[in-house]
Amino acid sequence: MAALESSKRVGTAVVSKLYPTRSHTGAAQGGIAAALANLEDDSWENHAYDTIKGGDFLVDQTAAEVLCKEAVDCIYDLEHMGLPFDRTADGRISQRRFGGHTKPNPIYDPSATPGTEAAKPRIPVMRACHAADRTGHMILQTLYQQCIKQGVTFFDEFHMLDLVMVDGECRGIVAIEIATGQLHTFHAKSVLIATGGFGRMFKVSSNAYALTGDGPAIAYRHGIPLEDLEFYQFHPTGIYRLGILLSEACRGDGGVMFNDKGERFMEKYAPNLKDLASRDVCSRSIYQEVRAGNGIGGKDYVFLDIRAETINKYKTSPTGQAVDSAWVEKRLPDIIEFARTYLGVDPIREPMPIQPTAHYGMGGIPTDVHGRVIQDAANTPVPGLYAAGESACVSVHGANRLGTNSLVDLVVYGKRAGRAMAEYASITKFQPMPPHPELPTKTAIDGLLSRTRTEPWVRIRDEMQKTMMDDCGVYRTEETLTRARDVLIGLKERYARLGVQDKGTVFNTGLLEVLELGCLLDLAQATVGSALARKESRGAHSREDFPNRDDQNFFAHTLAYRDGDNGTREAYKPVDVIMVEKNGEMTTKYPLEIRKY
Amino acid sequence: MLTQAQLIDPQARSLTLKISRYNPEVDEKPHWEEYKVEADGHDRVLDVIQKVKWEQDDTLSLRRSCAHGVCGSDAMRINGMNGLACKILVKNLKSDTLTLEPILGLPVIKDLIVDMKPFFDHYKAVMPFLINDEPPPTTERLQSPAERARFDDSTKCILCACCTTACPPFWGDRKYVGPAAIVNAHRFIFDSRDRGAAERLEILNDAEGVWRCRTVFNCTSACPRDIKVTQTISEVKRALMTGNIDLDAVQTVEIGH
Ligand SMILES: Cc1cc2nc3c(=O)[nH]c(=O)nc-3n(C[C@H](O)[C@H](O)[C@H](O)COP(=O)(O)OP(=O)(O)OC[C@H]3O[C@@H](n4cnc5c(N)ncnc54)[C@H](O)[C@@H]3O)c2cc1C
Ligand code: SF4
Ligand code: SF4
Ligand code: FES
Repeated sequence: MAALESSKRVGTAVVSKLYPTRSHTGAAQGGIAAALANLEDDSWENHAYDTIKGGDFLVDQTAAEVLCKEAVDCIYDLEHMGLPFDRTADGRISQRRFGGHTKPNPIYDPSATPGTEAAKPRIPVMRACHAADRTGHMILQTLYQQCIKQGVTFFDEFHMLDLVMVDGECRGIVAIEIATGQLHTFHAKSVLIATGGFGRMFKVSSNAYALTGDGPAIAYRHGIPLEDLEFYQFHPTGIYRLGILLSEACRGDGGVMFNDKGERFMEKYAPNLKDLASRDVCSRSIYQEVRAGNGIGGKDYVFLDIRAETINKYKTSPTGQAVDSAWVEKRLPDIIEFARTYLGVDPIREPMPIQPTAHYGMGGIPTDVHGRVIQDAANTPVPGLYAAGESACVSVHGANRLGTNSLVDLVVYGKRAGRAMAEYASITKFQPMPPHPELPTKTAIDGLLSRTRTEPWVRIRDEMQKTMMDDCGVYRTEETLTRARDVLIGLKERYARLGVQDKGTVFNTGLLEVLELGCLLDLAQATVGSALARKESRGAHSREDFPNRDDQNFFAHTLAYRDGDNGTREAYKPVDVIMVEKNGEMTTKYPLEIRKY
Repeated sequence: MLTQAQLIDPQARSLTLKISRYNPEVDEKPHWEEYKVEADGHDRVLDVIQKVKWEQDDTLSLRRSCAHGVCGSDAMRINGMNGLACKILVKNLKSDTLTLEPILGLPVIKDLIVDMKPFFDHYKAVMPFLINDEPPPTTERLQSPAERARFDDSTKCILCACCTTACPPFWGDRKYVGPAAIVNAHRFIFDSRDRGAAERLEILNDAEGVWRCRTVFNCTSACPRDIKVTQTISEVKRALMTGNIDLDAVQTVEIGH
């Protein structure tokens, strides 16, 4: 999106380690949020409220309002570019329900008997624009198609290994051409990082192999802080063992989760929204069930049931009307195919075994609403450097992201960042490159190639993933986090001694995998450091030793700076809060409330 | 209550992998290497290959990313048939020997990796983007569910090249645009919002266009997204013959397989 926008004004090149159409955006399933109100009343204000509450109030409120307001036109833009959304009967963009997306209940009555419709202050709303369950695929294809149309230059299968930073200013990047092993330097007036997520830090993840957080790790090594890394989202419904995602659209369309006793356990944890509570809440509920011995067969998974008979029994379809198997099949074709292929389960007839899967990093490289990377709590920009997408943090997701809010983030803020970087490039001159900017990268690569293989690098990766999953996962404590910190230091020592077996230059994917692991290790350390320092529970960060939210001490974003080889130094940045005038007094527009669903 | 017979672990298997290896820096031509791997029934073929790479021989190269059949990276010839390594499970393999080769018809760069540039060039040649210069409305352009359904199948393409590199006419003549490019042209030709059908049909009417297709169906059986590739091509051919892309004019009968 950023490239498309920027290329309207200035020469723009995209450097990608994968063919662009292989990016993990293509795996996104359920939808992209915007209050189009195509099927029922809705407003961007509702969307903004949900986003802020969903993020457990750690969301920057101006950024959230920009997101929700601009989302609407961005969706129309995508449609005009050709994105094949599903359609309503009258030919408009179809929308579906997703967790945490609500609107005020028109019949709400605070004195109504608990459990009745009237007792619910808010009710689910159809806000997720979608193309079956392949929305991300369609977005990725459409944006790539438009880039071809507009003549954007692509460097496919070029892997960025370093940023060229001079006097605190970004002047380009260093990348290896995977097909030849050659190092290239790209001299640029502005650079945007959009390297996606880093879910491969954890053992069970919905993320692609390529999602190793290269962009944030490289920025971190250059002294740029990383924001709110302790908030990592575990999606409740990953395929048992594999972690492949089964979209929240399953529950939006009426699917229900059950424990071993056949109980719809979300009734206990989120009496109003039940299975449509937000993700952190659902994932913790599954862990609680498993801990209480209610996992299926006593094991560490539960069931997700999308059979038409179940949806009808619990009256959970979006309209409340009865549905049939053909409807389910049409709404969730890819999900059904994944279950058939990878589980051997036919979800039309049987429930699917699921467990939480590491899914999305709310944190990342801090930016302002123009996509400019910032370097401190005073929001000082790093000249020439921009970030967008999952690798960035404007903070519209705060402590927990709502489903369908990532795709809209990368479209809205990708566009804004693209505009800003083009603007900057058109008013600045090329600054000279330093001599041999590729030298540090070359030294690192030569080291890996000259050393003999001490151990398979995957052992270090496996230990990191297990540690992060067990000790820095859905639940954490001082004890588990301290253990994780120590384990990571040991892994980094072993990492420093690694050699690569493949000494070749052409498609040396072994070498690249080791370099990617280095990025993940740095990010893991920054994540654990941030999690240790935040002694409260908020959104996706659940400290069992500090079970409550502590607005007194922690109503602020973490900025984690690298401190030596293994250390982190945490600073805090205030949350952006919008003030409004009410009865002649200034008060917060979104008052802090206890988050319940 | 709920039964889950399938979760009983499928048998572990000892597999022999025969992999076509080629390193341009030392080899003159590709040769076979054999590896033994203990695999779990749940493993994907991709997992098995990566076990070899990670535990036995780091020099083995392949492309992969998503690991669940949506990114299109790991197309290869698996026991002689094109497929995505991440979509085939060990428990479904017929024999304990697994033969792996790069897809055919594109230059091999290393091991299982081919040069995708010619493939993407064919894709770009059909103008794979919406063409419509009329000023858009302030909201969405309307499209009925039936109009949307008209090109649904071809929107699923992940550009993996399984089809094109299974196509005998493509092996014989690499200038032929190939089924994947035609699928992507179809995606726009039959989109009611698009205005570029005539231009695209002109391109496909070329000597290297749709008429190269001999309706061999290899492409349809190779497609991991279950796109009815051959039918797509027939629809484009019919549009060329009738000069008509209206819904009714191109209602095709599903051609037998
Ligand atoms: C299974 C799944 C389903 C999801 N469903 C939804 C949904 O329904 N709705 C929603 O809103 N969100 C969803 N999300 C989240 C959302 O899809 C992602 O957060 C988003 O797509 C990330 O986009 P991105 O552009 O930041 O990164 P990506 O699309 O992952 O792209 C990253 C790009 O960076 C390149 N890259 C990375 N490192 C380097 C390097 N070192 N050098 C050069 N290039 C590099 C890669 O090649 C790639 O092209 C889902 C996520 C997953 C995993
Ligand atoms: S049907 Fe046509 S395009 Fe497909 S494999 Fe056969 S000849 Fe090639
Ligand atoms: S049509 Fe099918 S086989 Fe061909 S490139 Fe597309 S997804 Fe792959
Ligand atoms: S790895 Fe993405 S399709 Fe197989």
